[in-house]
Amino acid sequence: MTHAAATVLETRELTAFYGDFQALFGITFILDEGETVAIIGANGAGKSTFLKAIAGLLPRPAAAVRFDGRDIGTLPAYEIVKLGIALVPEGRRLFSSLSVEENLLVGAYGRRTAGPWNLAAVYQLFPMLRERRQTPSTALSGGQQQMVAIGRSLMSNPRILLCDELSLGLAPIVIRDIYAALAEIKLRGTSVVLVEQDLVHAMSVADRAYCFQEGRVSLSGRPSELTRDAIHAAYFGL
Amino acid sequence: MSSHVLGAGRAQGSRFAVATATHASTVTALLAIPAILILLAMPAFASRAMLQELFYVFTMLALAQLWNLLAGSAGLISVGQQAFVGVGAYALFAFTVTAAFDPMLAIVLAGAVAGLVAVPAALIVFRLRGAYFAIGTWVVAEVCRLILAQVKQLGGGTGTSLPADVAGSMVGLDFVRNLFAVRGPAARDILAYWLALLLAVGTFVLVYRLLRSRYGLALSAIGDSEAAAESTGVDVFRTKLLIYVATAIATGMVGALIFLQKARISPDAAFSLIDWTAYVIFIVVIGGIGTMEGPIIGVVIFYLLQYYLAALGSWYLIILGALAIVLMLFAPAGVWGLISRVFDISLFPVRRRLIVRASAAHETEK
Amino acid sequence: MLGWVDTILQGVLLGGLYSLYATGLSVIFGIMRLVNLAHGDLIVLGAFLILALTTAGVPLIVAVVIVVPLMFATGYALQSVLLNRALGRNILPPLLITFGLSIIVQNGLLETFSADTRFLNVGPLQSASLPLGGGIAIGVMPLICLMAAIAVILLLNGVFYRTAVGRAFRATSDDVEIAQLMGINNKAIYALTMGIALAVCAVAGFFLGARANFDPSIGPARLLYAFEAVIIGGLGSLWGTLAGGIVVGLAQTIGAHIDPEWQILSGHVAFLIVLVIRPRGLFPRAVD
Repeated sequence: MTHAAATVLETRELTAFYGDFQALFGITFILDEGETVAIIGANGAGKSTFLKAIAGLLPRPAAAVRFDGRDIGTLPAYEIVKLGIALVPEGRRLFSSLSVEENLLVGAYGRRTAGPWNLAAVYQLFPMLRERRQTPSTALSGGQQQMVAIGRSLMSNPRILLCDELSLGLAPIVIRDIYAALAEIKLRGTSVVLVEQDLVHAMSVADRAYCFQEGRVSLSGRPSELTRDAIHAAYFGL
Repeated sequence: MSSHVLGAGRAQGSRFAVATATHASTVTALLAIPAILILLAMPAFASRAMLQELFYVFTMLALAQLWNLLAGSAGLISVGQQAFVGVGAYALFAFTVTAAFDPMLAIVLAGAVAGLVAVPAALIVFRLRGAYFAIGTWVVAEVCRLILAQVKQLGGGTGTSLPADVAGSMVGLDFVRNLFAVRGPAARDILAYWLALLLAVGTFVLVYRLLRSRYGLALSAIGDSEAAAESTGVDVFRTKLLIYVATAIATGMVGALIFLQKARISPDAAFSLIDWTAYVIFIVVIGGIGTMEGPIIGVVIFYLLQYYLAALGSWYLIILGALAIVLMLFAPAGVWGLISRVFDISLFPVRRRLIVRASAAHETEK
Repeated sequence: MLGWVDTILQGVLLGGLYSLYATGLSVIFGIMRLVNLAHGDLIVLGAFLILALTTAGVPLIVAVVIVVPLMFATGYALQSVLLNRALGRNILPPLLITFGLSIIVQNGLLETFSADTRFLNVGPLQSASLPLGGGIAIGVMPLICLMAAIAVILLLNGVFYRTAVGRAFRATSDDVEIAQLMGINNKAIYALTMGIALAVCAVAGFFLGARANFDPSIGPARLLYAFEAVIIGGLGSLWGTLAGGIVVGLAQTIGAHIDPEWQILSGHVAFLIVLVIRPRGLFPRAVD
């Protein structure tokens, strides 16, 4: 596409607190329709907090988050997913008393828009889940759980998929499969925000990247523009 | 409270100090002594009715402080403390009626009995957590009530009265009779009043010192998070057990004194949920749970409510219940919580505060 | 020997009633981690509401049909207005709020209906019995009560395991934060849960009143039996709660068989024993 895509998600001076502890100090961020943006940074930099704030799991200032030009800072999490923003949480966090298929079906609970993703489509994306559809979600391997988590979030047909540490604790070969699926998801037009510790994978799929350091944006730009030294410095705040 | 950014790594002698006392607390401590002396001398000028009212206030205050220790500090929310009131009361009756012990001695022994009962009770109910722990303590109280209702020598289900000769032969009764030139029953009331005052003040001092000790720190840690406390080396189980048994002993003594004064016991009265748990919890909550000041304020408010509204019967209880709900929703820290937040004072502080000296002449609190 | 067979049968049937008491409590705790100290009083409230309607001339069955959804609505409102505000990490607020509620309900009933004991008139069913041969007979009402307890569990399990909203309930129970990410409004789920619990309380209230005399003060004892049934059965399983109720019922009837004054005490003692030897209950499912 050569024409400019519309900004679908933006944050302006987004702050976030855990009790008295301030985790984000005013994040300004833009996501255009169809883009994939990576967020990198050390542990504790605020990357997961950022995604949770967008998804509505943390209190945030009313005008700090805009979706399609509309302020969503006051909406609760269960309303935000119905608007079309889905979060694949860090650590998978599947529902332990539900089977694989039930986990996927729950993902569709808040679905308000039509779209390409349904049970059949998810099974096509992750064929090994179909074989295990009745298995308790706790009996799966880490990689399979990650697939269920992604599929579960897709079931609401989101316009934006927020992915928190997809590759955490997974073997390289599994990570490769996950990212192959991500490519497939992108093809269907979903915008993606990707929080990743795995720099190589993150930079290989991202159109742009932000680096967080202690609750602030320390670097941003296209992967091709960012030098290794610059990233290194931004990561650790040196 | 002002905030300072701590400069990293600058050695400046003792720049930091940890303190517990505040200006207000020092003043209060000084005022407490004359106050207690006045209370001690009350029998000289107060009416018998007034002494009885104060007796009720002191015993409820003691019970409230003990419940506050369990629930407010250690997070052990019990709705079964009436078990120990009842066990203590029945132990007193058993020792005085069947074994002819002096009532004063019997009160102490009653505490010991309550403590003994608390050990197996704790081992059982500690298997439960949170709200289920609460109901578990209630079941234990019910078991105690039902068992004691079977004991015919102590009156069975309908209860019994304290024989006159028991009540009239307490150690110290003659002293009181001569000192105040009063007859038997009035002397008993005075003696009971002093014992109640002793228990209330004694409980207060013990709880206060406990909370300010390292032990108290361990308790707060347990109240916040047992797992975290365990990881810092606190023996959670032993600490909980000790506090549960200690409060049981004290509660048992208070229960023994209460029913010595009433001179009549029955299972329903001794193990009454309303009298020894509902009212007590209300006192602590309206005063301010987790604080030393809370139960004091709470018992005063409760007494006033009782004085003016008890005649309403069921409506009184409905009002209390509604008040408790409103409190929990809008002012969970109680009256003292509101006061201390507005005025930022602490009369009986138990928290350690970090004091940062910006310079030799300056002291700021964090 | 006959006496023992009869005792055991009575115990199982009594367990059906206790299971009805306990089911609502079990559901609330499973989904919300909340213990409603007013639970027993709400069962008694159900019985009194049915009584009030029948006293006004409404046929008993119609009264029950009216009171069940009425109690559902009451539970929904109770959760939405009061308890949803108090849920959080601290267990004290909901505990004290429901404690206050218990006192309000008890004394409200006392003011409205007086302390007189009442009963629900089920006519000929009251003393009807089914002979099983060998001189043993079981009461028809207790049998219906057990069947109702089973029916309620089947119905609830059907909802929880075969419907979309049931999945939402279970997801909320597993992980309330992530459930919200699925579009599940946890406060609405909690309100529905409380509504369901109170509706079951209404059913329990009917069988309570039909079986024995009741008065405003007997709520707390029902709470304790319900609670014991839940703990003995194990958290997270409604069938477990039924089993727990039967254990309590059996303990009580066996105790009563030995000495009538030991009935209630036996139930409590059985509970304490199970707590010591199997603290997670007989059929635990939930991982907390």
